[in-house]
Amino acid sequence: MAAVTPLLETSVLSRSFGGLRAVDAVNFSLESGEIRAIIGPNGAGKTTFVSLVCGRIPPTSGAIRFAGEDITMLPAHRRVRRGIAYTFQITSVYANLTAFDNVALAVQRRLLDEPQEKASRPALAAATMDALERLGLAERADTIAGTLSYGHQRLLEVAMGLALKPRLLILDEPTQGLSDGEIDNFIGLVRDMARDSTVLLIEHNMPVVMALAGRITVFDAGRILAEGAPEVIRADPAVQQAYLGTAAT
Amino acid sequence: MTGEAGAVAATRKPRHRRAAAGSRMTAGRAVALHAGVIALLFVLQFVLPAYHHGVLARVMVLAVFAMGYNLLFGYAGLLSLGHAMFFAAGLYGAGLSVYHLGWSVPAAFAGGILAGLVLSTLIGLLALRTTGVAFMIVTMMFAQVFYLTTLYFNVWTGGDQGIVVPQPLRSVTAFGGTLDLTDPATRYFAALGLFTLVLAAMLALVRSPHGRVLVAIRENEQRTTMLGYDTFANKLAAVAVSGAVCAAAGAAYALLFGYVGSSFASVQYSILPLLWVLLGGAATTLGPLVGTLFMYYLIDISNDLLAAWAPGWNFSSLGIVGIALILLILFFPKGLLGTVRERWLTWLP
Ligand SMILES: Nc1ncnc2c1ncn2[C@@H]1O[C@H](COP(=O)(O)OP(=O)(O)OP(=O)(O)O)[C@@H](O)[C@H]1O
Ligand SMILES: [Mg+2]
Repeated sequence: MAAVTPLLETSVLSRSFGGLRAVDAVNFSLESGEIRAIIGPNGAGKTTFVSLVCGRIPPTSGAIRFAGEDITMLPAHRRVRRGIAYTFQITSVYANLTAFDNVALAVQRRLLDEPQEKASRPALAAATMDALERLGLAERADTIAGTLSYGHQRLLEVAMGLALKPRLLILDEPTQGLSDGEIDNFIGLVRDMARDSTVLLIEHNMPVVMALAGRITVFDAGRILAEGAPEVIRADPAVQQAYLGTAAT
Repeated sequence: MTGEAGAVAATRKPRHRRAAAGSRMTAGRAVALHAGVIALLFVLQFVLPAYHHGVLARVMVLAVFAMGYNLLFGYAGLLSLGHAMFFAAGLYGAGLSVYHLGWSVPAAFAGGILAGLVLSTLIGLLALRTTGVAFMIVTMMFAQVFYLTTLYFNVWTGGDQGIVVPQPLRSVTAFGGTLDLTDPATRYFAALGLFTLVLAAMLALVRSPHGRVLVAIRENEQRTTMLGYDTFANKLAAVAVSGAVCAAAGAAYALLFGYVGSSFASVQYSILPLLWVLLGGAATTLGPLVGTLFMYYLIDISNDLLAAWAPGWNFSSLGIVGIALILLILFFPKGLLGTVRERWLTWLP
């Protein structure tokens, strides 16, 4: 059997904060083209786990491989350039810059790495407006990001991730603060993005997870509790006990 | 675009084309404004009385110092309290090599800039391990070490007495002629040349991708890293270039005004560029000139006022200066040009 190299692979990856094992010997693997959801109760270590993957925080031990190469020691900005994009759980945009300038900074980084696609101003503006349009923010291109509504700031952050054209897009609770209508659009958008990128989605909103995820990984107390297709996870008694117990009926 | 024709054109164009056209338009306006300022400074030398002529030459050199500071503080958001050492590195680098080693003026000028560049790169490598208040303190400590060093080696530096570089050493021989940098007209012209060069470079830099990354680091460093930018390398480059520009001002000061002394390495000369930039408007290209000019005349006029109204009282003019600064910050919280940009001219670079 010809083993296909997973896009992302972690082996016994751990991170402790003092005595707390926020991520505890996690072996995780993600195939190219997947939409994978990570769910789990508050404090399960989901954000810490993806922060290790994107390089925001260093691991205590363990290894991370991306597209077949060891990236454990690679600084975060170099991982982004290899194709890992991360949207923060706590919104992190350039509050004093316009929505356009926020996205343009992401586009500029990508164009600098693509010599054939010249980093000219028209190319920059076109790609930037394209990303804003996909998130429905084109009308607000000239608005200062800090004055946008919370939901629009979340979408702006996704636009920045999308503008990087990543191989792996990590979304940390992207629908938090969105209205129902915005969530419906968002589901369509993630499906659309998944045609070019592998998506790793941390999400508390179960309908969103069920609508999007091909597979689900359940975290609890820093470990992977279960992993499988949505129907399997939904029926798993251990998962219901730890997490879905109150949410699913 | 104004009027109906503009509105129609705007609706017809796809939106991204409009954004691109907009940035071209502000670029045109910005370049025109900067060219106008240079032209004004050029013309002023023929009409100004001798005293103000001399002041302006000095202010232009100090404004270069302020522009170097503004690059790091205004655009990259790094508050250094040690930039006197970069100005002084240029000052001593040029002054001492002319005075002791007999270097020509161009070689000494280049030597001064190089001294500043090497020093600022080293300081950047060390100080950028810290941020915020720690960065302020570390840069201040390094500058203090530099200052004490200039005093310690007073055999060569002249200590706080300083060195006066004699006239014959301050002339350039080129193209068969001799330029005497002690001649007021030549001096003004040299100062204007340096100022123009640095202003143009700053304008180009802040509009370039690199300049936009510096602003991004100032606004949200973590986000900038997660967009794939090496923020440390960008900050290091900003410290290095900022130091080199300040050193260019110091070198020009030594060669044009002929005085090299340790007071220029003292903490006062680390605070002054911060004040000039805050007054003129941080992260504005012309703010450093406006702030330096304003401060110079504010002190000058305060001294005159005191001499006229309270002769023999031996008051310091600093009281008047302080009150003026407080009023200014109240009404122009982002500095003169920073507030003008915020309220009226949003396209100002
Ligand atoms: N920087 C930190 N310092 C100390 N403890 C931390 C830090 N970051 C996270 N933790 C702790 O690690 C554990 C896991 O946190 P993490 O943010 O990864 O959880 P999460 O699964 O993303 O939770 P949520 O669903 O609330 O976002 C928590 O107990 C948290 O308090
Ligand atoms: Mg989290």
